[in-house]
Amino acid sequence: MIQRECGVLKTTYEADMGLYPLPIARWTVAAVAVLFFLVIPLTLHEYFLSVANLVWIAIIGALGLNILVGYTGQVSIGHGAFMSVGAYTAANLANRLGSPWPVNLLAGGLMAALIGAIVGIPSLRIKGLYLAIATLAGQLIIEWTINHVTFISGGVQASIEVARPRLGPLVLSSQREMYYFLLVFVVLAIIGTMNLMRTRVGRAFIAIRDQDIAAEIIGINIFRYKLLAFAISSFYAGVTGVLYTYFLGIANYEQFQIGVSIDYLAMIIIGGLGSVLGSIFGAIFVTLLPIVIRYSMEAFGGIFFSQQTVLNLIPNLRLMMFGALIIFFLIVEPEGLNRLWRNIRSYFRVWPFAY
Amino acid sequence: MRGILAIATALVLAAGSLLTAAPSHAQSKGEVVIGVQCDRTGPTQIVGTVLCPGFHDYIALVNSKGGVEGRQLKALEIDHEYKVPPAVESYERHKKDGAVTMAVYGTPQIYALAAKLTEDRIPGTSPGFGSAAAADGIRYPYIFPIAATYWSQGAAAVDFVKKQLGGSLKGKKIAFIFYDNPAGREPIEVLEDVAVREGFQLKTFAVPPPGVEMGAQVLDIAQRYKADFVIGHLFGGAPSVSIKEFKRVGYPLKKFVSFVWGAGEANIEGAGGFAVAEGYYVMQFAGVGPDYPVLNEIREMYKKQGKPAPKEMASTVFYNRGVLIAALHVEAIRNALKAKPDGKITGEDVKKGFEKISNFTLGGLVPPLKITPNDHEGGGLVQIWQVKDGKFVKVTDWYAAYQDVVAKHIKEAGAKK
Repeated sequence: MIQRECGVLKTTYEADMGLYPLPIARWTVAAVAVLFFLVIPLTLHEYFLSVANLVWIAIIGALGLNILVGYTGQVSIGHGAFMSVGAYTAANLANRLGSPWPVNLLAGGLMAALIGAIVGIPSLRIKGLYLAIATLAGQLIIEWTINHVTFISGGVQASIEVARPRLGPLVLSSQREMYYFLLVFVVLAIIGTMNLMRTRVGRAFIAIRDQDIAAEIIGINIFRYKLLAFAISSFYAGVTGVLYTYFLGIANYEQFQIGVSIDYLAMIIIGGLGSVLGSIFGAIFVTLLPIVIRYSMEAFGGIFFSQQTVLNLIPNLRLMMFGALIIFFLIVEPEGLNRLWRNIRSYFRVWPFAY
Repeated sequence: MRGILAIATALVLAAGSLLTAAPSHAQSKGEVVIGVQCDRTGPTQIVGTVLCPGFHDYIALVNSKGGVEGRQLKALEIDHEYKVPPAVESYERHKKDGAVTMAVYGTPQIYALAAKLTEDRIPGTSPGFGSAAAADGIRYPYIFPIAATYWSQGAAAVDFVKKQLGGSLKGKKIAFIFYDNPAGREPIEVLEDVAVREGFQLKTFAVPPPGVEMGAQVLDIAQRYKADFVIGHLFGGAPSVSIKEFKRVGYPLKKFVSFVWGAGEANIEGAGGFAVAEGYYVMQFAGVGPDYPVLNEIREMYKKQGKPAPKEMASTVFYNRGVLIAALHVEAIRNALKAKPDGKITGEDVKKGFEKISNFTLGGLVPPLKITPNDHEGGGLVQIWQVKDGKFVKVTDWYAAYQDVVAKHIKEAGAKK
């Protein structure tokens, strides 16, 4: 957010430790909260809320992956699989035991955390691309397991229907209700990640990313923190999977295949590694861009081509433009959209008195 | 921050209590909107790039002849690359634009939208894919397979094999080669049941995604297992590979019958052309070839506009399926409009319209389906065609087999919940 920091006098430790120490920042956050909790859901059509819901799900998943890849420096291509672990855990619990969604949500997250920590074990010995391949193996093993073990997948169709989440007497099923349901978790995920990175654990993650040998020498238990990073990241993934399952009303393994892992990796790289805002920007960018491109093509495509040609051109051109824009943004700012935003911010910080 | 959150939460709860379910759109005048999902750029693009133009051409034809009951139709299409989130977005977009019926495309997509379709009371079709259990119209009131499901295809395939092998399957060996995903495995349970009844030996051979590597399985079928007949159930580029591999190991293709997604011209051309695939049997849920009156009308329509017929029409298998899907949607809308003289139709009316479809054959392109409130599959009818002298030749007329076995499985799937 755009703000100045002069005239802020902190007199207590509590004030110093605040997530947003500046009053103007707090007001901005409040304004954003009002925008997203009141203005948007109460004024926009359900369709736009459904798009927002897809963005919310992507944000939680991207935040989780950023903890692992951006903050701890451990590359993972298994994020989609961890989501499926959460989804199937929750779906099985909901259908076999009839447990309520908060229990399923937590259980799905914890199960994903456990599996994630196991898949993360190779990270103790290998780094970089080697680790990426090890997590890729994890992705494929989990995919295969869910696909073939009917105890988990609930039958050859590998899909389990779950009832809509209930909040007291209210059954959350419309996009507007889902919007609020998901937004609460987005807020929790954002606050959780922001705070995590200010704790001893978060700092240890960053130390490991920057130089793991140095981190070990200053007394960070690499074994514990690397696995913890995998566990926390997978917990987020598991929660994402559960939310996705409740959002769609079904857990289906084809929603969590390797392409999904790649999409999430793309989100955090485009958004900016190692930043909360970057994960949000990336999730928004990757989810919304294809839709925006399609809208603009529908508006202008008819001027140049016949209707049938447009129908065939739109999806193909959309893919090309999507790729081109990713390349463009990464050339303009290799550190991602978050860095771009920070550059704009620091320009306006002293504007109009740049000197 | 905490204070703000508390206020926000309180406001949310207050706002939430004010909200009610969105009313379903009723259209009185103007165009009737159909939501079409398509995959022109994803893994099944060889189907989508031909099937979707077929859909649009039929709608254009209906419109050029004055529409349905005096109403024009509008087919909105969104490409979802065979991914789930764009399919959700596309569904909501079509709903916003007032679609009263949805042509969904893809198994994971119909799964993901099943709950929404039912809640919003909009019928969605899943022709030739999706869950076979959705044929149960009581349990899935708003899902319409409208073509033979994988269970019906499996049953029909065995029946065909039985006739090819001289009327008895006792002691015969049948191999089932399938794409290793849920859709690929779906028919196995029906095949196993039929195997017990007919006394043949069934062995399944999984081809892992993306389905381009099946040399070992094919060799196994041809030389170790020495199958008397092979039933294939593959998608995307895999059917072409299977034809090439069977050819390579010298297994006669006239002992191979493929399910509906390995049955297009593109699959044959991918394997090296019709000459290579001579003898290959394929199963169809829509008529094949250019010789149907409706296709002539489409060509006529293009001629009147002074345009050549679209090149997609040459790929008759998938194009005709697109026409079939569109035609069934149009029939459902027609039935709905007839039932509602004021013309205000909702998804619910179109659902009832689908359930009234019977003996609508479009000059032989569409099987004589009979869709009822109980049976959303319409009978599970298929035809078998064979690659012969550079084109597909019809071998059997519309038929369905072992319907009691399929019905038993549908019932069991319904009882599970």
